[in-house]
Amino acid sequence: MPGPQPVEGTTVTSVPAQPASPLLKAPGGEIPDRIFKSGMTVCGLAVLGVLFLIVYELVAGSRLSWHAFGFKFFAGSDWNPVSEQFGALPFIYGTLVSSLVALLIAVPLAVGVAVFTTEMCPKKLRGPLSFFVELLAAIPSVIYGLWAIFILVPLLSGYVQPFLAKTLGWTGLFEGPPYGIGMLAAGIILAIMIVPIISSITREVLMVVPQHQREGVLALGATRWEMIRVGVLRNARAGILGGIILGLGRALGETMAVTMVIGNRPEIAKSLFAPGYTMASVLANEFSEATGDVYLSALVEIGLALFLVTIIVNALAQLLVWTVTRGQPARGHA
Amino acid sequence: MPEIAGTASVQPGVPPISWRRRITNHVMTGAAVLTVVLVLAPLVAIFGYLVYRGLGSINWAFLTQTPKPVGEPGGGMANAIVGSMLILGIASVIGVPFGIGAGIYLAEFGRNRFGTAIRFTADVLNGVPSIVIGIVAWAILVRGHGFSALAGGVALAIMMVPTICRTTEEMLLLVPQALREAAYGLGIPRWRTTLSITLRTATSGVITGVMLAFARVAGETAPLLFTALGNTFWNLRYDQPTAALPLQIYWYANSPYDDWHRQAWAGSFVLILLIVTAVAAVRYAVRRGTFGAA
Repeated sequence: MPGPQPVEGTTVTSVPAQPASPLLKAPGGEIPDRIFKSGMTVCGLAVLGVLFLIVYELVAGSRLSWHAFGFKFFAGSDWNPVSEQFGALPFIYGTLVSSLVALLIAVPLAVGVAVFTTEMCPKKLRGPLSFFVELLAAIPSVIYGLWAIFILVPLLSGYVQPFLAKTLGWTGLFEGPPYGIGMLAAGIILAIMIVPIISSITREVLMVVPQHQREGVLALGATRWEMIRVGVLRNARAGILGGIILGLGRALGETMAVTMVIGNRPEIAKSLFAPGYTMASVLANEFSEATGDVYLSALVEIGLALFLVTIIVNALAQLLVWTVTRGQPARGHA
Repeated sequence: MPEIAGTASVQPGVPPISWRRRITNHVMTGAAVLTVVLVLAPLVAIFGYLVYRGLGSINWAFLTQTPKPVGEPGGGMANAIVGSMLILGIASVIGVPFGIGAGIYLAEFGRNRFGTAIRFTADVLNGVPSIVIGIVAWAILVRGHGFSALAGGVALAIMMVPTICRTTEEMLLLVPQALREAAYGLGIPRWRTTLSITLRTATSGVITGVMLAFARVAGETAPLLFTALGNTFWNLRYDQPTAALPLQIYWYANSPYDDWHRQAWAGSFVLILLIVTAVAAVRYAVRRGTFGAA
């Protein structure tokens, strides 16, 4: 299918009314052009190739485990390399719960920051503020983990967890010994890590909302907050949701920081103080030491599950953000 | 936004804004300010500790020696710093040409369905967890061959391509169409136009994309865990297990020794410094280069 652009190389050389001028058949035209185009196409194909390679390797690698356990793999909670019994439920639970905690903390913060930068703060502050928030996205995961181990975890076990246990302990979500390390710590560090993604996409989406929308609502006598709620946020819902889902995708696959603070115990506990384990963490901890084909295959199957979940989540988010920003990539930075 | 909400109530003929609405307005403004404070607090805390603990822990031994045996104080991460550079070098050599090539394809030839498919794939690849990419690199290059710097580099290269590809495309599309037409008008073949005129004009933007990708993978730990594996000795060969700064930080942070914790902070500081300097240096060079050429 020929592209809509008028400047295809062939269009220029074959302008119908003119006889072919020798100038247009400059040396080094046709054949190098064709080589160049195929070279670039190969690079483009490589992107598709990588995705196929990932799918192929994960499916091929997990076949053994799939044959041994089938669907029970995702329902069983017994993870025992010695007796070669593998059930991934505790890891799935840990991944979902830690990401959910992260979203609960991160979404209000990120949307608040985006609203403040686009609607409230003086124009001069806008640039530096979004720069600082997005700086958070540039910090490597392992440094978040290091910081969490030595600063966040003592803070949690010393002050936050005793307080939560006293005030909200009756819910059952905040009980047990306050180790600091556990699901709550993982959720908090994940929240800090996904705030910049959600807020930068929300900011982009809010800026796309037409100015007359705001002026219209204000002209009806709305206060600034009412203007933001009715005129801006309501219009940007789909895009904000896309940003949130993209943040979720990042939280699901985040490995190092979580592995360092979640406690790494394959148990399903109601309390957020209890240690847990995530799909990514079990790969980080056990993959390089796994002995036995079934063990290794079970780990690859966890990788496959993680891949599929993040692909679905990301594709959904991409589509939502694409509909709002029309084809611009949704990234954690801008 | 200008102060419109406050003035509306005093105009004649306009009903005054009720107390409830006014208070809600102030409360929500306050809440938005609070979120900014809450988000910036960890940033300040992390950078503060990084400088405070990191800068205090860096010494000559840290920068020039290899790790001491377990539990023994002293030693350093020199081999990890060099190993990281080796792995990142391999990643860049593979990832940058493919990324830019794919970006050129999308911008110059990809205004069709196939291009959209690649675009979508690149955006989706961007979200694949890094540890999963580690598994794939392990399956292709480590199984049967052994851990190597090459496997780590390939894993990181896979992560670089989508980012570079998309930013390159964006930057090339910003180059005015008239520039291309002018080149075609002069009889310059298409490949030459793309490389020497379009790409050349967009150089600084493309480099920014490359540096973004570089900064992102420079701190990656998960895909190196079972590809480059790590090493307590020097290694400069592409086919041997290689130490990397993020891996070393990870192990030292999880160790029970105070001196290793100290070194983990020092390593983090060096890692951040490495990323910032690399990005700044390249951007500086590019700015000078393009001005010189123009």
